[in-house]
Amino acid sequence: MTTDIQDSNRNSQDTYPLNGLEKHLLNDFQYEFPLVSRPYQQIAEKLGTSEQVIIDSLKQLQEQGFVSRVGAVFRTNSIGASTLAAMSVPDNQLESVATMISDYSEVNHNYQREHHFNLWFVVTASDEHALNTILDDIEQRSELQVMYLPMLEDYHIDLGFDLTWT
Amino acid sequence: MKVRNRRPDLPVSSHVKLDKQDKALITLIQAGLPLSSTPYTDLGHDLGMTEREVIERLKHLMQDNIIKRFGVVVRHHELGYRSNAMTVWNVPDEQVSELGHCIGQFDFVTLSYRRPRRLPDWPYNLFTMIHGQNRGHVLKNIQFLIERCNLDRVEHQVLFSTRRFKQRGAIYHPFNKGLSDDPQTAG
Repeated sequence: MTTDIQDSNRNSQDTYPLNGLEKHLLNDFQYEFPLVSRPYQQIAEKLGTSEQVIIDSLKQLQEQGFVSRVGAVFRTNSIGASTLAAMSVPDNQLESVATMISDYSEVNHNYQREHHFNLWFVVTASDEHALNTILDDIEQRSELQVMYLPMLEDYHIDLGFDLTWT
Repeated sequence: MKVRNRRPDLPVSSHVKLDKQDKALITLIQAGLPLSSTPYTDLGHDLGMTEREVIERLKHLMQDNIIKRFGVVVRHHELGYRSNAMTVWNVPDEQVSELGHCIGQFDFVTLSYRRPRRLPDWPYNLFTMIHGQNRGHVLKNIQFLIERCNLDRVEHQVLFSTRRFKQRGAIYHPFNKGLSDDPQTAG
């Protein structure tokens, strides 16, 4: 039995040779990022280094895949319409159906999960009509039903993710 | 002819408060803040705005809760949080809000949403995403939640992910008729 998630897109490393500066960069600036003329300079002052080192480190962390971006996380449905969706796909079709779904640029997450509903994905579109069209399209192409589960209420305050280094 | 929407409870996007400039800024910022000495000035150049205006508009988008969080967006999986479980709970309707908030306050939880039940197939109405470095770690976190939020009598299921086919942050193209595309919050 494996405890790790297999990744269809890339091979992940097992060790992370992150230095102290990188750990601070990853953990301490996930929210309340400085809205000042030279934000990286301000971070550099806090961490006791130079602006260029901060910029270079962030570029490297991004290239290594540890950082997706420095930027905004938008509240769900504030600037588009999205929904979680689930399908119960026969094992022998899972690979092809999952690939078909991942090919939509409107799909951002797509995971296999241990359940009778074994394929879970998120669709984000410009509005509810576009969203509906994509769900229809997926049902027609897969000849399977899509269970859609839009968010009704959000109870989580997003302060990023507290990384603990072991 | 208007096509009838057979999913009447799909979410309606609510970007009515945004003006053209906001929309242009949102479209541009989704690729991330430039990694340059003066990133807000650089964004402004592309938008025909001053640095000050870019910063003010971003502040407003945060105050209005259109931007939920602004900062370094990390990728959990790459950082060693290899295991994630969507844990779903069948909570009495009148308790969803209280239990959702209780679960949502812990740092290993990245999402706590109420969603509709789909009976008879799907009775669960509270969805929480729990991360951990491995499966045992995640299960320990779930047990912690059960104790802290008094969930021992609430029926739940733990759906570990076994394979990631795709994950990136949502990139919205909300303001033209073309459609969307990167990981973090979810639907």
